[in-house]
Amino acid sequence: MKIKKSKVNLWSSTTLSLLILYTIFLIIPLIMLLSESFIDRDTGQFTLDNFQRFFGKKYYYSTLFNSFKVTVLVTAIAVALGTTLAYFFARFEIKGAKTLRILVILSSMSAPFVGAYSWILLLGRNGVVTKFFEGLFGIQMPDIYGFKGILLVLSLQLYPLIFLYVSGAFSNVDNSLLEASENLGCTGVKRFFKVIVPLIFPTVLAGALLVFMRCFSDFGTPMLIGEGYRTFPVTIYDAYMSELGGNNGFAASIAIIAIIVTLVIFLIQKHIANKNAFTMNSINKIRPVKIEGIQNSLIHIYAYLLIALSIAPQVYVIYTSFRNVNGTVFTSGYSLNSYVIAFSKMGNAIRNTLIIPLISLTFVLIFAVFIAYLVVRKRSKITAVIDTVSMVPYIVPGIVVGIALSNTFSRPPMVLTGSMTIMVIALIIRRLPYTIRSSVATLQQIPMSIEEASLSLGASNVKTFWKITIPMMSAGIISGAILSWITMISELASAILLYTGKTRTLTIEVYTQVLRGNYGVAAALASILAVLTTLSLVLFNKVNKGRDLSM
Amino acid sequence: MSVAIDINHALKKYGKNVIIPDLNLKIEDGEFFTLLGPSGCGKTTLLRMIAGFNSIEGGEFYFDDNIINELDPSKRNIGMVFQNYAIFPHLTVRANVEFGLNNRDFNKKEIGPMADKFLKLMQIFEYRDRMPENLSGGQQQRVALARALVITPDVLLMDEPLSNLDAKLRLEMRQAIRDIQKEVGITTVYVTHDQEEAMAISDRIAVMELGEIQQIGTPQAIYHRPVNEFVASFIGRTNFITADCDKDEVDVLGHKVRVKDLDYKGKVKVSIRPEEFMLTDDTNTIKAIIKDTIFLGLNTHFFMELPNKQIVEIIKESMIDSKIETGKTVYLTINVDKVNVYTEDGTNNLVIAHEN
Repeated sequence: MKIKKSKVNLWSSTTLSLLILYTIFLIIPLIMLLSESFIDRDTGQFTLDNFQRFFGKKYYYSTLFNSFKVTVLVTAIAVALGTTLAYFFARFEIKGAKTLRILVILSSMSAPFVGAYSWILLLGRNGVVTKFFEGLFGIQMPDIYGFKGILLVLSLQLYPLIFLYVSGAFSNVDNSLLEASENLGCTGVKRFFKVIVPLIFPTVLAGALLVFMRCFSDFGTPMLIGEGYRTFPVTIYDAYMSELGGNNGFAASIAIIAIIVTLVIFLIQKHIANKNAFTMNSINKIRPVKIEGIQNSLIHIYAYLLIALSIAPQVYVIYTSFRNVNGTVFTSGYSLNSYVIAFSKMGNAIRNTLIIPLISLTFVLIFAVFIAYLVVRKRSKITAVIDTVSMVPYIVPGIVVGIALSNTFSRPPMVLTGSMTIMVIALIIRRLPYTIRSSVATLQQIPMSIEEASLSLGASNVKTFWKITIPMMSAGIISGAILSWITMISELASAILLYTGKTRTLTIEVYTQVLRGNYGVAAALASILAVLTTLSLVLFNKVNKGRDLSM
Repeated sequence: MSVAIDINHALKKYGKNVIIPDLNLKIEDGEFFTLLGPSGCGKTTLLRMIAGFNSIEGGEFYFDDNIINELDPSKRNIGMVFQNYAIFPHLTVRANVEFGLNNRDFNKKEIGPMADKFLKLMQIFEYRDRMPENLSGGQQQRVALARALVITPDVLLMDEPLSNLDAKLRLEMRQAIRDIQKEVGITTVYVTHDQEEAMAISDRIAVMELGEIQQIGTPQAIYHRPVNEFVASFIGRTNFITADCDKDEVDVLGHKVRVKDLDYKGKVKVSIRPEEFMLTDDTNTIKAIIKDTIFLGLNTHFFMELPNKQIVEIIKESMIDSKIETGKTVYLTINVDKVNVYTEDGTNNLVIAHEN
């Protein structure tokens, strides 16, 4: 009887602590944000002033439309590019497919604004390509700034997510389905739209939601390349920065609007997804076939060109990091000067980039494992609440997380602003939903009977958890951890509002150096970041031996 | 030490949904006992109540004289074999077998030899350092069995352990399980929906339906004298023909036969298994037209239409030159020693009622 009691205590105390932590670091900040936006701080009265101000001025509300326009278009383009590329990779033999696949993943792993910065270097007013064409043909190149630039950068940045998702889905499509449709007289393009698209539709939908969320809440890209074209996150940031120290009501209310938008999109997606849900299990996987002639060439051109375009920004940034530079002007000759400056000035940024994500990752893993276990194995009303609450950050844009946290923890009883702790908390909140999902998926695949076998062999509940459950989850946990790690080191949106000189990270530093016009240092730092990302990915592939990458 | 299991008034419900209303069962020490029934009859639920993985809503479960209702699964000293084997995928074969021993107060030096003994007994000693993913289904099953037995449990529980194996391996493992159970002499509760498997392996069988035990008995008793219509149709194959009964005389479609130990008046259902029909030249019997024949090697199955248009199945040993062809008319008589006669609602076997 004694054993039973302590077992109940372990899980119920875990549940309780999780609830308390979520309340303090997620629920309360969001409620504070809500109250800031609706309550006048001076009079304490309920007010809609902030919202009237937003919807009253075209300068503000047009940003909402701008964001929508960009996001919807980017999502559509990303789906089109990612799905076709994944289809080609699954169906046809493409030379160097393995390397290409890694390049696709790499290109999606950097912070989007690095892409923006690099495209400015290439296609901007003083860009190399622009100058080249002007000098050679006297042609005026089209302007890269504004809407077009954001579209280009984010589409190339985000289609790899769709590619990865859909590639995973293709590995679940049984080849006999394709053969059956051929047997019934449906081939080629008709088969693609009648059979293949419906089969991968749920996956495309899930990927599209992720792209939508990322794109809608992306802050760095429009900030750098948007110029006059203002998007929603930029407005939030500006509102918050201009009101710092005073009343944050306006910024808070824009943040609330952002959450409402993402929530609505999330619910619509969920509704459509539930209607179209089915499971697939493939015995005969689709094997890539070799094709000949013009079709083969076209497919190769498409794949190589697309991937070259998406990896180009990073390659160019790394290239410029070795060039001599004076402010924003690259001069002739090559040296390691940028790196020398980078390392001498940014030592603590590099350290922070390792330490902050590492600490966050540790907590994320611990929380994710416990929450997954509670949600899957100890199902109850309370754990269902935790399950739902844990998904909230998924729909809250990073910049809103930043505002909510700095808002709540800039005053007693708990002052955390400026500390490393608040950066860590922001990363945990941002990353936890993804890691929980992958842990839940891993745990659901482990048959309950294996744990029961352990119990029947005399191992206690706790011992079974540590000796059986955790080791069996470990493969899934580790691969999830590395992916989280990669996204953590390139986090900008929440960090930009929370950092101080002591807690700046590489990503923030790249961003501020670009803004300040120190292109050399920025390129060097971005290259260091790229190397870190690449190494992490190599590690991921080692650990994950050929399994699919899921975010 | 092996134990007897005594279950009194077991009750299982999920919310308001009653799975097992009131079940009583006594399993002898060292017995090979099988819970047999269609899926959803509550057999696995009952097994998991014994194992401790399902809560017990009412009644008492005893191992010998000890009540185990509230005992933690890890303290029940049970060896369990799961349908999917539940081999720990991250541990070697040896580590799987030693897992249970490590949870008990054994001297580290004893553990190795104990595991070796069962690895050899189950003929998997040569695979001891492999990871489970490199084993076949049958080998994994042997690991599961070795792992369950090495802890010298009080009871061995098996939940459809053979259902994931192919037909040939199933027969082989069935014999292996039977042999090792006899050798170790451990009380075993075995769950299956396969009646042939149950009959081949068990000392006694409990046939379950809708959370209730319909009949408990030896395989012979259950096959030859099913207590009701459900058991008669679930175990083996049979034909039910409605007939009139007067004392011990049953009028089966005009063919009057006397059944020993029968004394009843009114409508009855006669259960005649396919092998209990006999061909005869006597035309004062049951007339039948052959509709279809299926040749299965040793036996041939015939589907015949009786005068009341009912189709019955009849089994005969195959002959080298069969004269019985489709469309032919034959005459049938009944092996009265073997048939069972039920009340019209099928709940009572009138033959057994008088035997007792």
